[in-house]
Amino acid sequence: MTVSDTRPAPAPAPEDTAPRRTAAQSAYAWLRRTDTGSSTFSVLVTAVLLVVLFGAGSARYENFGYPQVALNLLVDNAHLIVLAVGMTFVILTGGIDLSSGAVVALSTVVTASLLEAGWPAPVVIVLVLAIGSSLGWAMGAAVHHLQLQPFIVTLAGMFLARGLCFVISEPSIPIRDELFTGLAQNVIELPGNTYLTYGVVIALVVVAVAVYVLHRTRFGRTVYAIGGSEQSAGLMGLAVGRTKVGVYVISGFCSALGGLLFSLYILSGWSLHAIGLELDAIAAVVIGGTLLTGGRGLVVGSLLGVLVLGTIQSLISFDGGLSSWWTKITIGVLLLVFVVVQRVTTRRDRSVT
Amino acid sequence: MPETPSPTPTRRRRVDLSSPVVWAAAALLALLLFNAVVNPGFFGLRIQDGHLFGSPVDVLKNSAPTLLIAVGMTLVIATRGIDLSVGAVLAISGSVAFTIIEGSSDPTSTGTAVVAILTALAVGLLLGAWNGFLVSVIGIQPIIATLVLMTAGRGLAMLVTDGQIITAESPAFNWLGGGFVLGLPAQVVLTLAVLLLVAALTRRTALGTLIEAVGTNPEAARLAGVRSRSITWTVYVFVAFTAAVAGLMTTANVSAADANRAGLFIELDAILAVVIGGTSLAGGRYSLTGTVIGALILQTLTTTVLTMGVPDEYIRLFKAVVIIAVFLLQAPRIRAALSRRRGGPRAVTSPAVPVPPVDGADARPLTPAVPAPARAADGPSSTSDSSVDSDQGALR
Repeated sequence: MTVSDTRPAPAPAPEDTAPRRTAAQSAYAWLRRTDTGSSTFSVLVTAVLLVVLFGAGSARYENFGYPQVALNLLVDNAHLIVLAVGMTFVILTGGIDLSSGAVVALSTVVTASLLEAGWPAPVVIVLVLAIGSSLGWAMGAAVHHLQLQPFIVTLAGMFLARGLCFVISEPSIPIRDELFTGLAQNVIELPGNTYLTYGVVIALVVVAVAVYVLHRTRFGRTVYAIGGSEQSAGLMGLAVGRTKVGVYVISGFCSALGGLLFSLYILSGWSLHAIGLELDAIAAVVIGGTLLTGGRGLVVGSLLGVLVLGTIQSLISFDGGLSSWWTKITIGVLLLVFVVVQRVTTRRDRSVT
Repeated sequence: MPETPSPTPTRRRRVDLSSPVVWAAAALLALLLFNAVVNPGFFGLRIQDGHLFGSPVDVLKNSAPTLLIAVGMTLVIATRGIDLSVGAVLAISGSVAFTIIEGSSDPTSTGTAVVAILTALAVGLLLGAWNGFLVSVIGIQPIIATLVLMTAGRGLAMLVTDGQIITAESPAFNWLGGGFVLGLPAQVVLTLAVLLLVAALTRRTALGTLIEAVGTNPEAARLAGVRSRSITWTVYVFVAFTAAVAGLMTTANVSAADANRAGLFIELDAILAVVIGGTSLAGGRYSLTGTVIGALILQTLTTTVLTMGVPDEYIRLFKAVVIIAVFLLQAPRIRAALSRRRGGPRAVTSPAVPVPPVDGADARPLTPAVPAPARAADGPSSTSDSSVDSDQGALR
């Protein structure tokens, strides 16, 4: 769905009213002509918000405008980006995955403890990804074959993953493996005295792959179809079951990969890492314009949503006078605004069609 | 063990094996039996200073805040909603109360405690009204509407306490946490009172049926003359109220308000208690008895694991496995398979379980929904228009 194909030809404004139009009126007229319920528009709004927030930061704080501050948004949130990508798949089918934060913690703990035990790093990485994917597969199978609700299934998955963390190791384990420390400490130098980490590259690759899968493959189209109407998708002969299980596998894989990136970022494994991270991921997806009822949304939006959350965090840490809890309040308010706007735009959309 | 009126007290003669409440009760019974065998002292009650002590009392006392919230959550879930913000509301309520007590000129007086309690409850009601407004008036999905307060709420609580853990000594207030009524902990008595009140209000009047009607199909309920919007709004206010009371209990219990840790994950425990008790998240049916059993299962499990001396780190895994087992037992397909094997009557799936409708016959009368004249008529009896009557007849 694009902005242009649903836009009716702009009616020529009556000549006597045209000169009296204020900026607000013309903005309103533009909004009425544009399909505000479309995903492209929502992503556009998020992008504008990101630019405005960042601009405000640069205007207010002296060092905020440095390119490295912008790049740090990616560096600090690489794991969250991957998580949000997985969450986008699940939410697009109308489900939800509450287990991703716990799977991140489990991945960090498994990684750290196996590395400590002397396992080679590549084996550990493959194993962690396999654990995440199979947890996701189990949850997807429970959702589809046992007809349990995603909320409850992934809640149980969250308890299970956290429980496993505690069994493996309660205290925090440092990671001293050479591959991991090397990847964490070496950065990619960019022109202008800036840098990116390898984690960021992986995260961006994940985003690119997700965009390709969602828009260029049969699987991706089925994901959107299920979100639109699961029953219709089934009646059309689409592989509903396989796809529904598939999105949870993807989410589990992304959570495990996010966990690996997080352990690169923080170089330790701890059962209490990433508490509430799934909520951040859900918030990023919503702010990125994906409908929680499913069927509508873009992965790029989730990426921008993560960056918006990151920008708020940097804004608050740049302002020394604001306490850390303002981050939560601001994210809550932002979530509210986006949800209400989503609700209003989709309601109008429905009344039109 | 608290008794609540069973949903159908007269008709149910033999045990209905397809009812999830039965399975939950069986699980609780098995847990208690297990305790009786493994740890014979488990059921030992003793009276000390005129108060009851012992593991069963501990279970009741420790489950009180969760159970209280779960009672409110049951009603919310019955309307096909959910409230994720109860933990945050709990933290805010406790923070408000302690900030008032700490800031007053006479922290130990009863008057201060009363003011603190009333203010905290008022704040709770306000937050509930906010959630209800988002859900019923704006029409946002409950999970998201309450996610907003869940995210922002802890920040608000930190704002109230200025990020500090506030401690204060107020005998009147601390009674809420450690007091006794007739030998029983005050928390248990308070929770029981709320439970019985809700049971009486919803099961002895039409309110429970109306709530279930809203959960089954809000639009049909509205057309049938049920005030869907006010009912939805009310249940959100009520669950926030229970969360606020639970906040007073938990903070009074430890004589400190910690905006960060108080009530952490209690929303998940409360939802778990409700679901283990057999109330489907799809709404439309609820069982307060089931919720009580669910909350008791959760707490008995913790107490059991602790008294068995299981290493601390295995507790979470153990709980997770038991919870998953209960969920699997309740899954419609597995229940159907079990009852088939037993050679019982044909597989009955509970109507509250979201089975995708196979035939469109049920949905058809609704598709030309919202006829304009029916929308104007709020009560079925208030109109004599025959076309409206026939429309509503079709809806029934």
